[in-house]
Amino acid sequence: MDMDSKNSSNQAVIGVVGVGSFGTVIANMLAEKNQVLVYARKEEVVQEINEFHRAQNREFEASIRATHDPEELCTRCQTIFFMVPSSGFQEVARKFAPFLQPYHLVIHGTKGLCLDLPEGKDLDSVKSINRNRILTMSEVLQKETVAVRVGCLAGPNISKELALSQPAATVIASKFNEVILEGQRLLRTERFQVYGNSDIIGVELSGVLKNIIAIAAGALAGLGLGENAKGLLISRGMVEMVHLSKALGGSVKSIFGLAGVGDLVTTCNSVNSRNFTVGYRLAKGEKLASILEDMEEVAEGINTVKIIKGFLESADLRAPITENLYRVLFEELGIEEALQFLMKYPFNVDVDFV
Amino acid sequence: MEEKYIKHRYEPILPSKDEWPVVKLARERKDFVKKVSEKAQRRILHQTANIPEILKEELETTLYREKLRVKQNPWVVDPDDDAEFWGKVKASLLHISQENKLSDAQRMKEYREILESITTRYAEEIASNFKHQHYKFIRSVVTFGFARLLNAARVKGFKSIFSNQYSLQDKIQITGETDQLRDLATKGTIVMVPTHFSNLDSILIGWIISVLGLPPFIYGAGLNLFNISIFAYFMDALGAYKVDRRKKNLVYLETLKTYSKEAIQFGCHSLFFPGGTRSRSGMIESKLKLGLLSTAIEAQRNNYQHGHDDLHGKVFIVPVTINYHFVLEAPSLIRDYLSITGQERYYKENDEFSTSYKISKFLIKFFTKGSDISVSVGKAMDVLGNFVNENGESIDQHGRVINPKHYFMSNGEVNIDPQREEEYTQMLGKRIVEEFHRINRVFSSHLVAFTAFEMIQAKNSKLDLFDLIRLPEEEISIDYQEFKAACQRVYDEIMRLREQGKIKIAPHMKQGMDEIIAHGLDNVGMYHAKRPLIRNKEGKIVTEDMSLLYFYHNRLHGYGLEKLF
Repeated sequence: MDMDSKNSSNQAVIGVVGVGSFGTVIANMLAEKNQVLVYARKEEVVQEINEFHRAQNREFEASIRATHDPEELCTRCQTIFFMVPSSGFQEVARKFAPFLQPYHLVIHGTKGLCLDLPEGKDLDSVKSINRNRILTMSEVLQKETVAVRVGCLAGPNISKELALSQPAATVIASKFNEVILEGQRLLRTERFQVYGNSDIIGVELSGVLKNIIAIAAGALAGLGLGENAKGLLISRGMVEMVHLSKALGGSVKSIFGLAGVGDLVTTCNSVNSRNFTVGYRLAKGEKLASILEDMEEVAEGINTVKIIKGFLESADLRAPITENLYRVLFEELGIEEALQFLMKYPFNVDVDFV
Repeated sequence: MEEKYIKHRYEPILPSKDEWPVVKLARERKDFVKKVSEKAQRRILHQTANIPEILKEELETTLYREKLRVKQNPWVVDPDDDAEFWGKVKASLLHISQENKLSDAQRMKEYREILESITTRYAEEIASNFKHQHYKFIRSVVTFGFARLLNAARVKGFKSIFSNQYSLQDKIQITGETDQLRDLATKGTIVMVPTHFSNLDSILIGWIISVLGLPPFIYGAGLNLFNISIFAYFMDALGAYKVDRRKKNLVYLETLKTYSKEAIQFGCHSLFFPGGTRSRSGMIESKLKLGLLSTAIEAQRNNYQHGHDDLHGKVFIVPVTINYHFVLEAPSLIRDYLSITGQERYYKENDEFSTSYKISKFLIKFFTKGSDISVSVGKAMDVLGNFVNENGESIDQHGRVINPKHYFMSNGEVNIDPQREEEYTQMLGKRIVEEFHRINRVFSSHLVAFTAFEMIQAKNSKLDLFDLIRLPEEEISIDYQEFKAACQRVYDEIMRLREQGKIKIAPHMKQGMDEIIAHGLDNVGMYHAKRPLIRNKEGKIVTEDMSLLYFYHNRLHGYGLEKLF
């Protein structure tokens, strides 16, 4: 514990790692009640934040300080929010590992999965992936760092709406009550409700799996289909999420919560979300490569589809939406054909999991 | 190092018995029991939120269950005044509820008096009766007596009974991190957590601790064992405290946990069988009883809270696996496991260890015939499951020294958070299971039993376990060459796992496959009336008892070896 920070102000400093759109919003929300230190990889971004309270077209509260030194962030903060995309998550966790201590509380807001493959292998060179090779972000944190009191932040939290202080809510999930309480204490405001859930894996998976359905929702919109189709997709998508989440170690209950259904409905209706856009543009006839080229931030859903496809190869389980989306994304199956396939798919039992 | 057996006797780490924590504890037994009783009361009062009604309910539940136990399931060890005592409790409870003039405070006071009488009784019952004289005696009987038996059986000729060619350590091989264990035992407090397959384990572990030059550990032994006089003597001498699995009431459990926690804080090295009871299925325990384990974590936090930040106040968890070719109780254990009525409230004590005579017979068999036992001592961990370095400091997955105190801190201070510690206990349990698998030593008998059972299962893939076990033994036979090829496949996979540090093997596994199989068949469940696996006159591999085969097969469960079939 750093004594200086304690003496200079009585208030604890809260750390935020990553200044993407969601990271920035969370940092600003935290800054309403706390002193906040953000971490950015690039030195010039750090400078801009410190001098102009603005970087990469994002506004920062004036009180927010920035650093590019993981050690400084770890020594000054006891509670740290990791808000980095899943593709860079392992690397960032490794970078912070030497400075994290068992007293740190770490909450992440990343809706993606990582792989823990044997050396020399990557996602494209393995056919099937066992559950123990797939890591949720909290599992990455526990594998790479000594932090055990970890939690995750998930729910329908579109950065733009949060930035405008529109009413919203989120879920903090952790096996540790103290992490949930800390998250609530820090984030809760009159316009922001924070729910707690002890099923961290289930909540993480909800946030991850809904991205798949969001791509499909975009595709339906791109095809010019209406609300009936969307209702169908959301309900079938939820069933698929339930089965996948169960197989991956989540509890069914969490799918019905804010981070599951709540986030699913929001994402399937938000035409500006990245995953939705990918689906939309695919349906308009664009190729995946060209879509990815001009996207500023990652659409987590694409990676998730790949990983879940690999998992399905190792598990005795069918997930028709994911499987067909995979073929559309990576095997040049036409969207129309995929839709045809789904309409003919014999899953005519409405609810088979409760 | 891994394959080398430790054969010399270690110098005691604390030569003077007066320095032994267990001796100190025995000296202060009276005060200690009192302290345990008081602290247990405090815990229970805390849990009942100091509300007379809730406390009353707990007391009544306890009374009800205890009266039931006294009536339905009395044991020889139970004190004679059991019925009388609970009768008094009943009378007092009745008296308080009839007395309606009492104020809340007065009623609370009376309930607390009853609580005190119960916790004191329990604490007294649980507390160990370590006597150094007995300990010395037992130790020499075990080492001397068994060595004589062993030499008589193995060395030919008239003078064999006086030969010293073989010692007990030829029979029971100790491998693994023994030096670290000895070293840490001088620095901090050890909590040893062994696998549990046989009632013999308790005595075996006691003997091993003494061979390693460690002062005696205290450990919880099932009160049922104290029913048998020879065991009772052994247990008392070895520093065992008593755990009564019939008593499941809150007051008892809290007293027991307090006893364990206080003993660890006292600096007594302790031993828990974290599986709770013997493994019924023959599998390495995968779900641990976390109750006593949580006391290790609690004791550690308490030490930090009281400023014992140095190594002296550190608790080290040391997993140990005990490997047998033969588990005497296997038939009844597996029967328990397979039978649906295994869910009985009190399990019956009618197994092979029920009389002193049967035990003596077994011991003679054991020492005169060639079935070896090996004990592997795992690396020491802190209470969160981090390994520790040569200085006893915890290290993280990247080798950095960390301070486990930080796990118990919030806002710069050590604080009590029961929910957090519950999670930590779960995490520690998982780590122990992982280590069990890693230090488990494969014997030839495990290999042959596993392979044979999996082959039979593969041939009858439509049957579930229970139908499979019921297959008529005459109908099962495996061609030797096929069997050998399958054993080789399993062996190769085991060797691969071994390279990754996920399992260990016994030295007799480094021979030709024919020799390994022959060794395995000779040893697997060798003293059972019905042998789990033999080679018949036609040279085929057959079984005389499917459920026993299943039991011995289970030892290799949990490594994913099943996928080879």
